[in-house]
Amino acid sequence: MKLDAKIPQGPLAEKWTNYRSSVPLVNPANKRNLEIIVVGTGLAGASAAATLAELGYKVKAFCFQDSPRRAHSIAAQGGINAAKNYQNDGDSTHRLFYDTIKGGDFRAREGNVYRLAEVSANIIDQCVAQGVPFAREYGGTLSNRSFGGTQVQRTFYAAGQTGQQLLLGAYSGLERQVGIGNVKMYSRHEMIELVVIDGKARGIIARDLVTGKLERHFGHAVLLCTGGYGNVFYLSTNAMGSNVTAAWKAHKKGAFFGNPCFTQIHPTCIPVSGHYQSKLTLMSESLRNDGRIWVPKKQGDNRHPNDIPEEERDYYLERRYPAFGNLVPRDIASRAAKERCDAGYGVGSSKMAVYLDFRYNMVNKYGRAEASKKGIENPSEDVLVALGREVVKEKYGNLFDMYKQITDEDPYEVPMRIYPAVHYTMGGLWVDYELQTTVPGLYALGEANFSDHGANRLGASALMQGLADGYFVIPYTIGNYLSKEIHTKAISTDHEAFVAAEKAASDRINQLMKIQGNKSVESYHRALGLIMWDKCGMARNEKGLNEAIQEIRALREDFYKNVRVPGKIEEFNPELDKAGRVADFLELGELMCLDALNRNESCGGHFREEYQTEEGEAMRDDDKYAYVAAWEFANDSWNMHKEELHFENIKVQQRSYK
Amino acid sequence: MTHDMNIKLKVWRQENTQAPGRFEEHQVVANPDMSFLEMFDVLNEQLIEAGKDPIAFDHDCREGICGMCSMVINGRPHGPKRGITTCQLHMRSFKDGDTITVEPWRANAFPVIKDLSVNRNAFDRIIASGGFVSVNAGNAVDANAILIPKEIADEAFEAATCIGCGACVSACKNASAMLFVGAKVTQLSMLPQGQPERESRVVAMVNQMDAEGFGACTNTGACAAECPKQIPLSVIANLNKEYYKAKLNGK
Repeated sequence: MKLDAKIPQGPLAEKWTNYRSSVPLVNPANKRNLEIIVVGTGLAGASAAATLAELGYKVKAFCFQDSPRRAHSIAAQGGINAAKNYQNDGDSTHRLFYDTIKGGDFRAREGNVYRLAEVSANIIDQCVAQGVPFAREYGGTLSNRSFGGTQVQRTFYAAGQTGQQLLLGAYSGLERQVGIGNVKMYSRHEMIELVVIDGKARGIIARDLVTGKLERHFGHAVLLCTGGYGNVFYLSTNAMGSNVTAAWKAHKKGAFFGNPCFTQIHPTCIPVSGHYQSKLTLMSESLRNDGRIWVPKKQGDNRHPNDIPEEERDYYLERRYPAFGNLVPRDIASRAAKERCDAGYGVGSSKMAVYLDFRYNMVNKYGRAEASKKGIENPSEDVLVALGREVVKEKYGNLFDMYKQITDEDPYEVPMRIYPAVHYTMGGLWVDYELQTTVPGLYALGEANFSDHGANRLGASALMQGLADGYFVIPYTIGNYLSKEIHTKAISTDHEAFVAAEKAASDRINQLMKIQGNKSVESYHRALGLIMWDKCGMARNEKGLNEAIQEIRALREDFYKNVRVPGKIEEFNPELDKAGRVADFLELGELMCLDALNRNESCGGHFREEYQTEEGEAMRDDDKYAYVAAWEFANDSWNMHKEELHFENIKVQQRSYK
Repeated sequence: MTHDMNIKLKVWRQENTQAPGRFEEHQVVANPDMSFLEMFDVLNEQLIEAGKDPIAFDHDCREGICGMCSMVINGRPHGPKRGITTCQLHMRSFKDGDTITVEPWRANAFPVIKDLSVNRNAFDRIIASGGFVSVNAGNAVDANAILIPKEIADEAFEAATCIGCGACVSACKNASAMLFVGAKVTQLSMLPQGQPERESRVVAMVNQMDAEGFGACTNTGACAAECPKQIPLSVIANLNKEYYKAKLNGK
């Protein structure tokens, strides 16, 4: 099968405009007869469901949580990028496009990324119109800050709760449509099978997680807005329920999976504290605006951080990357932290942590500015700390509180200890320019697709992509498909394809319940996570990946012999929900390793130890690997298809932040 | 350093909405750096290995923002500490040998699904009745076209940080949802974008709140005291003000 990305012809800056002006439309009367299923209600799902309902389509939305407002977009902290150039600092659509392609280490599609940069400004307008209370300056204009991998200030934010505010905006739009009756909302429902009829996606089998009953739902089109699969690593910054199940079922029904090995390890997370750890907590990238990262210059230095004098500290990011300093992209910051810790310079009891220190800017940046505002001459260090502390508190207060809650240490007094953790997956279902997967009528939006971030996502770009896809892309692109479906009447859920899909789902559940072994689902998930983290994590090599594949297969076999799922099928049974998700992770993990093994180069978050420069930077192989690896599942195995990437508008080069 | 703690738990068990519930006692060995929910994970793994039914409880983000976790711990929603959710509570807040009682949210409008899980869809229906600005995608003007003073934006933001967990309802002897409703009404009534629907919104939301069976407010302030996001009680005063103003204008 030849993959066609369907990138519109014409100059880059005109592609989207031309597409929108020429894409077939569906008239309002026909929209009312067309049903769309939206799975997932995070930024992508909630915005898509609300917007499609506003246009007049009949929408059914599904989420596994108890309310659509709980989707994990809610936890995004730092901000959302938009090429508004409100700061007059040289930003533009082209620059956001360029930063994103470069940040992704030249492994994303030009056409998609340019469109993302183009619609970014509309997102901010839309959110403000909904009443999203972004941070503002005293003059009443919107405030911006910097994120990694950029040299302009284009990040809009709402304290450290930007994702929450944006999601509540999208959720309010969704609930408005629920209230009007244009969206039927199914919370505590999980999609566990895709229904395909005559090669087209026509519905889903969902499990009501309260009653345990299976339900059949028809749709003229199905949108998967189900987020990423970082929980394959067990420990990640994802929510406990975040899973790959919907995307995986679609994959097994014909949707190709793009670049599964591209995983983002976020540099600034609170380190693991014990074996009981259930998840990891992110400390927003925005903290790197004012926090400086360092380790002691001496190996195994056990002194209290505040007792280590300035000249004995190694601000290794500032040393290695003077142009971007602490604001290098995430993949680079993460690897640099791992390098220092592996070399014996790590701090804290586990020695697997580095310091993120605010004192310098608290005193020199904010303390001095406040003192001069207040007319205090020759302020003492203590006065500067006190003044600076107030400013830092206003900017990052909730993050500092979170840190203290978890670690019992006060980051205003001692530097934070941080270490990289799994955060985001750039890989996902392969989609074309219209966000359609290789199954006609099946779309993937937001983190669930692979399309915009290449091998590494820049900070504050996930929120941008989720909302771009939902508010401004899918409402147009779905018309191209649905305009040809206006004669398709709603298909009865008694159709044999629905019956067969439900039976397949039911058989899987029965199989899991029948095992009744002696090991918990959690124990398998934890074991899988360890394999993935050790062998398919921040650094990978051929030997480790081959081992991982064998280990995952063995673990999967053991799972189907010895797992114990308590309770009954037809009841509220969170352990059964989890068992289904872990079963899918046990398959996905193998594909991720396969993909990492295939890609004999290093790029972005994918770091193959065999392929690095003398300075330890990722070494791409553009001649051989400037392609998207799109994996097809067939006959219990995978075939790889290539979508070659063409860069016509920017010069591909060795990524440098030095 | 960290020492193991022996904890006795008295946990509410209830098979489903209709079944009568009861307290069940369990022993668990905890670590002070564990979160309260991680302590429940450990207990559930013990129960599963012993062939028993694990305790159902809601949780998702485990970082205090999704609003899903919901336990009444020793009589207080989200436990003994102020300004945090259950998932942010750590065992270091308890002592070795403590007995801890854990119950679900208690309110007619939040029926128990199983054990410690409750149904909070009533909150969604309140938002669906009016907790929004009616603006379709594509209609917006430039984001800086309407200036909003920083103080106003900050105050609206403070109200908007509500996570919809329902601790306010659970803490209230009347099971009132007025802190929740007040927070949304305050956010949108302060912002210029919320003005066109200002009056219709508050009336619709209050009507829906009543229809869901939430009680009235008698100003005890338990809601604000237990709110993990520290939404101030003043949003209720504001809700009353907005409601009466709308009513006086015949809405």
